[in-house]
Parts: sequence; structure tokens; C-alpha cells
Amino acid sequence: MNIIGKRYWFFGLSLAIIIPGMIFLAMGGLHPAIDFTGGSLLQLKFTSGQAPQPASVELALARLGITGPSVQTVGTDSIAIQAQEMDTTTKDKVAKALSSEFGAATVTQFESVGPALGSEVAQRAAGTVALAALAITLYITYAFRRVPNAFRFGIAAVVAMIHDVLVVIGGEAILGHFLGWQADSLFLTALLTVIGFSVHDTIVVFDRIRENELQYKRIPFETIVNHSVVQTLDRSINTSLTVLLTLLALAIFGGVTTRHFILILLLGMASGTYSSIFNAAAILVVWENREWRTWFRRGPAQASAA
Amino acid sequence: MGQRHLRWLIVIVILLGIDLWINWPGTTSVRIGPYSQNVSLREGLDLQGGLEVLLEADVPANQAVDATSMDAVRAVIESRVNGLGVSQPVVQLSGSRRILVELPGYENPQDAVALIKQTGLLEFVDAGTTPLVAGMQVRTDVAGNGAAQATPSAEPSQSLSPSATPQSTPASTETLAAGATTGTPAAGAATAVPTPTGPVYHTVMTGADLSSVNAGADQLGKPVINFVLSAAGTKIFSDYTTSHVGQYLAIVLDDQVLSSPVVETPITNGQGQISGSFTVESANALAIQLRYGALPIPLRVAQIETVGPSLGQDSLRRSLVAGAVGMSVVALFMILYYRLPGIVADVALALYFLTALSIFRVLPVTFTLPGIAGFVLSVGMAVDANVLIFERLKEELRGGKPLRAAVEAGFSRAWLSIRDSNFSTLITCIILYWFGGAFGASLVKGFALTLAIGVLVSMFTAIIVTRTFLHLVLDRMDFSRRHSWFGI
Repeated sequence: MNIIGKRYWFFGLSLAIIIPGMIFLAMGGLHPAIDFTGGSLLQLKFTSGQAPQPASVELALARLGITGPSVQTVGTDSIAIQAQEMDTTTKDKVAKALSSEFGAATVTQFESVGPALGSEVAQRAAGTVALAALAITLYITYAFRRVPNAFRFGIAAVVAMIHDVLVVIGGEAILGHFLGWQADSLFLTALLTVIGFSVHDTIVVFDRIRENELQYKRIPFETIVNHSVVQTLDRSINTSLTVLLTLLALAIFGGVTTRHFILILLLGMASGTYSSIFNAAAILVVWENREWRTWFRRGPAQASAA
Repeated sequence: MGQRHLRWLIVIVILLGIDLWINWPGTTSVRIGPYSQNVSLREGLDLQGGLEVLLEADVPANQAVDATSMDAVRAVIESRVNGLGVSQPVVQLSGSRRILVELPGYENPQDAVALIKQTGLLEFVDAGTTPLVAGMQVRTDVAGNGAAQATPSAEPSQSLSPSATPQSTPASTETLAAGATTGTPAAGAATAVPTPTGPVYHTVMTGADLSSVNAGADQLGKPVINFVLSAAGTKIFSDYTTSHVGQYLAIVLDDQVLSSPVVETPITNGQGQISGSFTVESANALAIQLRYGALPIPLRVAQIETVGPSLGQDSLRRSLVAGAVGMSVVALFMILYYRLPGIVADVALALYFLTALSIFRVLPVTFTLPGIAGFVLSVGMAVDANVLIFERLKEELRGGKPLRAAVEAGFSRAWLSIRDSNFSTLITCIILYWFGGAFGASLVKGFALTLAIGVLVSMFTAIIVTRTFLHLVLDRMDFSRRHSWFGI
């Protein structure tokens, strides 16, 4: 099985998955939740079992002085109102007014975030992702220090990680575009977990490469890498399979509140497994052969590419 | 079987015993001699419903906040929260300028928030010869100094109901200027009022001089606050009232006048009563605030969230079902693919589950829905290490190594992979925990913590437990006749 030989095929497949996601991202598919933007979220459940039309609720809110709210129906008997930050007195006022106008309702959820806090969280979030990537690169470089060019292992792992991050963000953008899902702190948690796990998987492959490289010093690099990937195929897939099975169970049987979180994790972990097997090691080979020199040149390939 | 393995076996059996003891259905606490530890599972806010508030120091963004003051603020808030009688409240510093307060099961967010965040600075202010209107904002000279000195000037009577005991209330003319309006201290902090201009009044004494405070009722049944002064306070008060009979002494809370009674007679016994337009709840709330002191740094609400419990319980049930299904599937997979070692791995997995659960009970770790998801995820990852070891084992056996040597080789070669891959997960958990901590995002923290504990415990069970049991079972086995038991 020549996985490394077909590496550009697999790079292409990765791009085919990532690019649509990026398109939706550019179209504004990623909706940050109030955790990152500030504002308030109020969810009301109507005891009559019938929620009013969002348009009439928006009118009622405007009368109360709430500017620019967005109202959505949730299920058949609840509505979710998103508006600017409101304190508890305002919230009670709104709940009472809506109850008297549309029928008795109870507050099932209320959340309000000040805008300063929201933007601070957003900034920290970006920093956290960067920090995680950096920390992991450094750790891998250290762990592989006895192998020649240890730094490449770290970088290759991070590139695979970035691949997974892009897949996840793209996936969220697509879901956000079609289903209106929002990215909240849990989304960020899922993203960071995917980062940690992506490397978890990549290391299994790299480990074998390290072992083989130290042992078979005279065999060409590309051959060693391909051999290692094929040897570890079993365990790569199985380690991911167990995790994916548990996540699948959670997605199917678990409650609706964590479903978004679990689906992102599923997507990320699947991508992590794929990138570990088909991308991470291939990157090492590309680097070793310095293949970027041939990407833009037409004509015979360099002799060193062998 | 080697000595080493026997020793580990004993450790494992003891661990199992402890796990069963802690997790036995119906156990809510365990006792060792005089020490007792509550081990019931804690439910987070998203499971039992309640209120979560993130408070921030209300000072300009570029002004530094002193750590000792924030600690003092936290302590005061914790006392106030305990005064509310909520079970298992959480009051934690979050970053350097914020405090996270969680009140599980609390029904009335509005009252709670007001109680917690209000500064609560009570002042007794010399109003001179005219009473101050209740509800008006005044400026006093208290900023910077604690209890101001009493300025002596001669006047007798005092109408601050000098009560022999805090409960009984002799008739006293309380001269409240034009009654009405916002005597309720709870609402006082909500309105943003511009800094009042006008005379600066002299503060005679502050709430720091109160030694005890209680909410009670006067003769007419109206809610009042009864207080007893400390020794120093008693002296100041008695000096002041002796020299200011006939003048007005305003009682001010957070720069807003509660009432402004006239001093009818000197009060020397250090006891008194504050009346105003209180409701029973607001009197109780104020008593709690006064009891534990004013906040050294003013606070504002940065984020607030209330959760209804019904959503949580349903999700909890489903998550538990999902977890059970997930783990069964994984256990089944291990047996099908790895046969005999797979069974050993499942035993290790069961022990892992119990041990992690015990740790969660004892630490304690509060369970949130993402936390439970993290736990289930870690079960999937726990088997990881076993997969690596067994694949290695198969390789070594195929390569012709004798069984015992193959087992050892499998473990030692796989250890490096296990260590490195689990470490990277741990690094992300640490970063997540730190990130969540800075913003009081308990869901994020909960997930990070459960995953991290899961990873650590699973490293132990996967390696030590599996290895011990494999040796226990295999060392005397003749492998050559039992290939199929290993899935080869």
C-alpha cells in the first residue's frame, strides 16, 4: 500500500473538504454567540404549548424599548430572544410583559454578557488556540530530539493540527449557515480538544517513523515513512475508532444540549485521524525532498526528489 | 508470577476495594476515624439549575486592582452568600478583577444579585439642623478614613430608639422627612446617578462599628434593623448623641439616605434601630450586608446566567445512557478484535471507570454536562493505550518472541507513544482550564478537569493494571497452542 506515494491525491482531498468550509466562513457562516459578542439571551417557554410568532414578539419588545432584538422559535412552545445586554430587572419586565400579551410563560434560560467581557473572551480565545499550538510544537520537538530534524516533526504535527482546525471551523460555518448554530465557549472547548487529540493520533505514526529511522539508517526516507504509516494503520484507526464510537453514542443517545458540542468533536476527531494518517507524515517527506521546488516548475523533476 | 507483579496485584485489589467502598450505592460520605468526607456527586448549575453571576471590579480599566482587596471582597461576598442559605454555593476569584458566584437552586436572581454586589457602606452622618430627604444622594467625608470622629457640641435628646434590648422598641418620634420612595436598599444600586453636588456632610460612624445586626419589627410591625455597636462605636455614638441632641443624624447606605431621625436623648448603651421603608426581604438583605461589612472595592455585573433545572435533568439522564452505551460498545470491540487481551483490557477499563469516579467524588469535581461528555471521551481514550500495547504485542508474537518477553516488549515499546500522546492532551487540558478560569466559565473548566483526571488515571490503569493481569494470566500459558486467543 503506497500511502505516501499518493500524497498529493490526499492533499487534494483535504483541500476539497476545507475549501467549501472556508467559503461559508467568508459568507459569514460562523456566528459567535453572546459569550464572545456580549448581549443577552432569554428563552421563554409558553405553558399553552404554542409559542407566538417571532415578528409579533419583536414588535412587543420594541414597545418595551428593547432595540434590535432577534427572536427565534425553539421547538413548538419556546422562543429565544437575543438582544443587547440586559439586567435582571429588565429581564423580569420583559418576561412579565410578554406573559401578559401572549399567555403565561416561564423563563427557562437567561444569560447576559457585558460587551467588554465578550470581546475580551474572544481575544483570549484566539490567543489560547495559538498558545496550544505552540506548546504542542515545542513538546513534540523535545520528545523527538534524538531524531535528525526533530523540528520538522513538530511543524508537521502543527500543520496537521491546523488542517483539523480549519475543517472544524469550516464545518461550524456550514452548520451555522444552514442551521443557524452559534459558536459559544463550548465550541471553543471542542476545538481545543480536537487540537489536543489531533496530535495524540499523529504521534502514533511519528513514533513509528522515529523508531524505524533510528533502526534502518540506510533506507531512503520516503520508504521508511510509508512503511511506518502502513504499519501503524491498524493502531491509528483503532485508537480513533474507540473514541469515535463513544462520541457517536453520545451524539445519538445524549441530550440535546450537548449535541452541538459532540458533533463538533466528532468532526474534529475524524479529521484528526485522517490528517494523522494521510497528511502529517507526507509533510515530512515533502520537506525532506524539498518538493516545493518542483511545484511551480514544469519539466523533469529534480533528481533529489527520489 | 514475578514478585513485582504480585505486589502490583495487591495494590490493585486494595484500590478496587477503596473504589467499591466509595462508590457503593447509597453512600453519601465516608469516614476514617475522626475524618468524614462527603462523597455524593456534585451537580453543576446546568444540571440542577440556579444562578451564575460574574462580578467585575467597578473601577476604570487602566486602574490596577489590589489583590488583597479582591481577596477581602471575595470573603465578604462569600459570607453574604452563606447568609442566603444556599447549599453548595461557589464564590471564586476569576482572574485578577473578577469574582464568580454560583448559587445552585436559587430562585430569585434579582434579589440575590443585588444583595451580593452592593457595596453596603453604612454611614451615620451629621445632618445638622435640617433633616435629609430619604432617597437623596449625599456626599460625605468618609472616603479615605474609616469611622470619623464625633464632633462634640452640646445637645441632648435622641430619637434613634434607644432600646434596652434590640427587640423591644420604645416609642420614638422618628422624623423622616417626606417619607416615600426608595428606602429599599436593594434597589439603590441599580440606578446610575450622577455625582451629587452639594454640601459634604460629616460622617460620624460607619457600619464597621456595628458588632451585631438583626432584622426585626417595631411596635407597629414594620420591618426595621436592630443593631448593637462595638465598644469603640458605643463611645463615639454616645459622645455624639450627647452633644447633638435636637439635631438630625442621617443614616446613609451607599451614599443614599435611608432615613434622617432627630437625636432626642443621648444613646449610651450602644444599641439602636434603623427604620425606613423596608420590606421584610429588604430588611433581611440589608442586615446580611451590614453583618459582614462593606465591600472594599465596588462591583458591577459583567455576566449573569440563570438556568432552569428541568432541561438539565433530562439531559443528564440521556448523557448517562449514552455513556453506558458508549462504554459497552468499546468493551465489546476490544473483545472482538483482541480476544483474550481484550478481556483483560475491559477489566482494566472497569477499574478505570470506578477509580476515576471515586476521585471525582472525593476531590470533589462538580459534574456538568460537558464534564460528563469529557469523562465518556476519556473512556474512549483510555482504551487507546491498550490498543497500542496490544498491537505491539501481536507484532512481537508474530516475530516469534516467547509470550512473556513479548508482553514486556509490547509494554516498554508502546510506553513512549502513550506518554507523548497523553501529554499533548494534558497540555490542552491545562490551557483550557486556565482559559476557563480567567472568565469564570465553569463549563469549560469542568470539561478540562474531568478530561485531565481521566487521562491521568487511564495511563495508570492501562499500563499497570493491564500488565499485571496479563502476566497473571499468561505467564504459565503455553502460547503455541493458543494463537486464536490473541487474535493472530
